[in-house]
Amino acid sequence: MARAVTSMTRFNITALALGLAFLYLPIVILVIYSFNASRLVTVWGGWSLRWYVEFFNDRAMMEAAWMSLLVAGLSATLATVLGTLAAIGLARGERFRGRTLFSGMLYSPLVMPEVISGLSLLLLFVALNAERGFWTVTVAHTTLTMCFVTVVVQSRLTSLDRSLEEAAMDLGCDPVRAFLLVTLPLILPAIIAGWMLAFTLSLDDVVIASFTTGPGSATLPIRIYSEVRLGVKPEINAICTLMIALITVLIVAASLASRISSAQGESGAPL
Amino acid sequence: MSARRIFAGPARLAAIAPYLWMVLFFLVPFGFVFKISLSQTAIAQPPYTPVFDFTEGREALAAAFGQLSFDNFRLLISDNLYILSYLRSVMVAVTSTVILLVIGYPVAYGMARLPRRWQAVAMVLVIVPFWTSFLIRIYAWINILQHDGLLNRILLALHLVSSPIVWLSTDTAMYIGIVYSYLPFMILPLYATLAKMDASLLEAAGDLGASPRQAFWLVTVPLSLPGIGAGALLCFIPIVGEFVIPDLLAGSNSLMVGQTLWLEFFTNKDWPVASAAAVTLLALLVPPLVLYDRLQRRQLEGNS
Repeated sequence: MARAVTSMTRFNITALALGLAFLYLPIVILVIYSFNASRLVTVWGGWSLRWYVEFFNDRAMMEAAWMSLLVAGLSATLATVLGTLAAIGLARGERFRGRTLFSGMLYSPLVMPEVISGLSLLLLFVALNAERGFWTVTVAHTTLTMCFVTVVVQSRLTSLDRSLEEAAMDLGCDPVRAFLLVTLPLILPAIIAGWMLAFTLSLDDVVIASFTTGPGSATLPIRIYSEVRLGVKPEINAICTLMIALITVLIVAASLASRISSAQGESGAPL
Repeated sequence: MSARRIFAGPARLAAIAPYLWMVLFFLVPFGFVFKISLSQTAIAQPPYTPVFDFTEGREALAAAFGQLSFDNFRLLISDNLYILSYLRSVMVAVTSTVILLVIGYPVAYGMARLPRRWQAVAMVLVIVPFWTSFLIRIYAWINILQHDGLLNRILLALHLVSSPIVWLSTDTAMYIGIVYSYLPFMILPLYATLAKMDASLLEAAGDLGASPRQAFWLVTVPLSLPGIGAGALLCFIPIVGEFVIPDLLAGSNSLMVGQTLWLEFFTNKDWPVASAAAVTLLALLVPPLVLYDRLQRRQLEGNS
């Protein structure tokens, strides 16, 4: 009676194909139009790189891009360290006092509306009299993205065969060495995936950065956002295409890295 | 296992740094939001009174407490603008979540019925757009939906309409943007439960005389309820507070809470009212948040 299971196949394939087309078409169109020679975004005037040149000559945009890359790199690294530590505590710490509060604090930012997180962090920074700019945005992004790292690494740790690290300890490793020599190599793909997720989320954020940055230090998404509010500009298409290219390179690099490490042992990362 | 217990000690120590970080940068800030939501608006920097100063001793602190007021909340209740924006947010979130479920379920179902190795490919294909910037994805739709954009030109070329339709600054555009941005969040939890489902249950239903349609509604859907719940919460909660999508795609005549909060904060510089709006929004979201936390915990810590 396999028929009952497979009878909807044509419907399934159509649904899947339409769903994927819906997800990809807008992005493909955006990329194609970034190479459009015409100033009118909707009229095709032949292939050209002029909007990329325009972007590289746009000082304000370039400065914002550098700031964003720095914030993303730094906050993703901090978030990966903190998030991995948190995941270890949750996945291997058994029961401890304040555990429910801890996991609650780590899981709720995943869905918390950004306007709330942004406003609350800003009020904290004002109360602490911190000068707003690069560092406040970095701290804000670290806080948000470490939660994503925690979830990715924790799900990997939970699915891991614990008898491996227990065997290492039975053979005389102390817990720290057992972790570094056995567990860490096995969760490395998840940690890399977590770093990349943190990096892209930071590179993407408008709302929290708008609340926590100061005058004169805008991130790239803040600049893009204020340009987009005024209408479509071909230069924005070029910037977006470059960001997509950067993310694609990162994804490919990470999947290669996880394939190399999975060739040595376990399978790849969950995200 | 004794080894397990020995491991737990250092693991707990590892959690100390992230614990303190989250207390300082996630929990404590909410305290400030609550406090400032009870303050008075002032033309100053920062623009509210009283400002707590713990160095001034207990009496000054008590005096500051005396100045706290519920005026901001009273304003939120008395002004139609706020009530309407809360109602609109919930309505938009409910409608979007239903649309997402209707679109996401067939896609997730289709994925779960693919041969094993194709499932992995399909999953990557669903996740990749999630990696590209969310702002870029909204911007891509502005490209398509604008007055002389691709959609209108296709409709005109096919003679389906005689003059371009206004898409931007409408609720339709906003719903397209929301559904587009949140679709992976709906598909993935649904797929996770559907893929785990035992196909022999459907065969059993078939053997007992159920038509494929009956088997779907009586077996598949009830068994996928955890996935439906997770996907719905993962979409509903952030959509209620969504700012960028309605701001860029919807019209400006009716606002969502995220937009009124933004307006109070950035345009009117009224931090106390913005904080009160945030507190109210948070209160509204506590039940779904608690539910979501519980689901997340069960999923990640299921075996412990």
